[in-house]
Amino acid sequence: MFKRSISLMLVLLLVVASFAGCSKPAEEPAPVEPTATTEPAPAEPAVEPAQEESVLHWNVGADPKTLDPGLNAASDGGNVINNTFEGLTREIDGELTPAMAESWDVSEDQTTYTFHIREGVKWSDGQALTANDFEYAWSRVIDPATASEYSWIFDAANVDSFEATDEATFVVNLKTPTPWFLGLTTFYSFFPVREDMVNAKADGLWAKDGSLAISNGPFTLSEYETGDKLVLVKNDNYWRADEVKLDKIVGRMIVEASTALTAYQGGELDINSNIPSAEIPGLIAEDPTFMIFPMLGTYYYSFNTSVPPLDNVDVRRALTLAIDRKAIVETVTKGGQLPASTMIPGAILDAEGNVFNEMTGDYGISATANVEEAKALLAKAGYPNGEGFPNFELLYNTSEGHQKIAEALQEMWKTNLNIDVTLANQEWAVFQDTRTQGNFQIAREGWIGDYTDPLTFLDMFRTGGVMNHTQWGSDEYDQILDDSMMAKGQERFEMLFKADKILMDAAVVMPVYYYTDIMMVADKVQGWELTGLSTYYFGRTEIVE
Amino acid sequence: MGNYLVKRLLSMVITLWFVITITFFLMHAIPGGPFVREKELPPEVIEALNEKYHLDDPLYVQYFDYLKGVVTFDMGPSFKMTGVEVTDLIKKGFPVSAKMGGLAVLFVLLLGVPIGIISALKQNSWIDYIVTIIATIGVAVPGFVVATIYIYIFSSKLALVPSFGLESAKGYIGPVLALAFFSLAFVMRLMRSSMLEVLGEDYIRTARAKGLPEFIVIYKHALKNAIIPVITYVGPMIASVMTGSFVIEKIFAIPGMGKYFVESVGNRDYTVLMGTTVFYAALVIVAILVVDVAYGMIDPRIKLGD
Repeated sequence: MFKRSISLMLVLLLVVASFAGCSKPAEEPAPVEPTATTEPAPAEPAVEPAQEESVLHWNVGADPKTLDPGLNAASDGGNVINNTFEGLTREIDGELTPAMAESWDVSEDQTTYTFHIREGVKWSDGQALTANDFEYAWSRVIDPATASEYSWIFDAANVDSFEATDEATFVVNLKTPTPWFLGLTTFYSFFPVREDMVNAKADGLWAKDGSLAISNGPFTLSEYETGDKLVLVKNDNYWRADEVKLDKIVGRMIVEASTALTAYQGGELDINSNIPSAEIPGLIAEDPTFMIFPMLGTYYYSFNTSVPPLDNVDVRRALTLAIDRKAIVETVTKGGQLPASTMIPGAILDAEGNVFNEMTGDYGISATANVEEAKALLAKAGYPNGEGFPNFELLYNTSEGHQKIAEALQEMWKTNLNIDVTLANQEWAVFQDTRTQGNFQIAREGWIGDYTDPLTFLDMFRTGGVMNHTQWGSDEYDQILDDSMMAKGQERFEMLFKADKILMDAAVVMPVYYYTDIMMVADKVQGWELTGLSTYYFGRTEIVE
Repeated sequence: MGNYLVKRLLSMVITLWFVITITFFLMHAIPGGPFVREKELPPEVIEALNEKYHLDDPLYVQYFDYLKGVVTFDMGPSFKMTGVEVTDLIKKGFPVSAKMGGLAVLFVLLLGVPIGIISALKQNSWIDYIVTIIATIGVAVPGFVVATIYIYIFSSKLALVPSFGLESAKGYIGPVLALAFFSLAFVMRLMRSSMLEVLGEDYIRTARAKGLPEFIVIYKHALKNAIIPVITYVGPMIASVMTGSFVIEKIFAIPGMGKYFVESVGNRDYTVLMGTTVFYAALVIVAILVVDVAYGMIDPRIKLGD
């Protein structure tokens, strides 16, 4: 009896003792499993130095896949890189300004750019930055062995060759005149990197290692905790370090939008763009620090023109006209999005400074539904009042937001045209395969431009283009785009207007809205910037208490 | 006993092998791949990536390579997080999740078991009613709701605790509570009903008839039998709570390993998916073994090795 109760006590003690280790203070690792590591847990108390430091608390969002400029392909990484590195030029206040290049010459035929590297520019470890660093970085991105996801951007920029003719001169030859090339030198794929650091830790891991992440921008990375936070500190070797007012940026990785909003409202974050969409209407009304900016992107649907009844242009046009875009942005998405009548967002201008999509007009696609014309077109196609219209399927990738929009379209087509559509969704990775293979009737699409030129959108719809899921192609369209490469100034834009009209007249895509950026910035943060490609720049930001 | 353990270890290895094999082939059977992008990658880049991650090898070669990797604790590199080893992800994420989960387990046991006992002893009293109500709420309300309400009240309105992270001791309260809530309620109910059942047994009446003090009757005679269902539940619970919860970690922005389970599927990050699954499976299998051994020690009627 006695012995058994002792053993029971022992077992209970054992059970409790095996967990007791976990209740130790945070400095101790949890010895719960023999396989557990002995490394200390990454939790550590924030040590505040004695003197007043100017620190910006910013929500980076998801853990960036990489912070290596040559490997990055995502906006979260891009936001960090734009503050740690710097290209030949930099966009400040919406203007292209000289950065690592102090000046540049452009040849008569607009195909050769000669950049003069600024005298005395250094890396964050004090080593001199030369044209060779650019040559190395660019060669690395286009080398297939690097497997950079953005290597294609060098083709989009029509870069033919480049060379550091001496330490201070970097010469770039383009295949044809490319008006947006200079703007692309502000983009991370064109940033310089240090060869010795890249080789020090493979796969871009050097850029997440505080001891190896040598950079040339206003800040440099000092700490990186996966899924938790990253810390950037001021780079004293930056050429205009005297303009940099922040000592430190703490980037948090809070993915859950409601948590990020609470943290922002509680003062734990100064900048946050991860906001629950349900809260947006309330924030617009009540919080003056909530802001909406137009973005270089379009939310649209592709029609598969190879399957009936969508092979009929009148049907596609009828479907396009029968939806109420204003209702979608005001009652469904509610993020201040703008109804889209064309593929080209309003931020893109022509050579004379006119808004591109105002010059092209809306092709009769109004913000609200044009039911009369849609009905007439449907009747013309042989389906008066939707009679006999085959049931078809609308495909989107699984997400609550996309679903709500798809349901709104379903409802609008039923009410306005009396036709039925079935909704189907697929998980993202599967969806992308399906769309590429053309196994759909109508599929959701979204595109964020890579450079500020209509071509970043129009180029997608060339015959057989990888992003052209519509199975549509037009020789005339392709020819105009080809010819436009040789044209200059407004003459080139006249051609692009024509191409845009061909695309929209064919009604192969159905624009829904232009994306917007939403963000909250505390009043005490001054001088922050968002570039035309929606990237943060904190080089002139200060905290005013 | 020794014989039994050898047999069990062998069956554990076989179970694990089944898990690995089924997961491996299921994973490769679903459409989509790790390098599918909205803007398609150039073929030479895809080729370079496939070669780098050995995805160009025949499937059976990849399978045997993977088995070899598991044996040598080398789970390979992540496809999505460039240059990150899966083993490192687990090494970094697991301690964070385990510390949080360990506290939650402790919380569940230290609170759930006594409350369940008290509730059973005071059956149909107001204490019992309150416990039953709390237990029902606990089972019905999911952890993320608890977490959200907690953040709303204690962080947003009262500003008593940080809304995210584990950088201060206070930061642990919310995640542990949210993580433990369901199990706590479940253990309370389980303990209560199992205790009630045992208290109705003949041998308890005999013990009382002998004139033993009530304390001895409960803790020496009743508890030993009543705790067995709780132990059955606690084993797998420990494994699942310690490996983290995707939702709770996301809400509190905690760098644990819970998120890798879910994200790796969407990303088709084959190695991370395999690594976390195998790790979790191993933990569950070990926990079940520990539970079985504990049975034998608590209740001599359960003989091991039969």
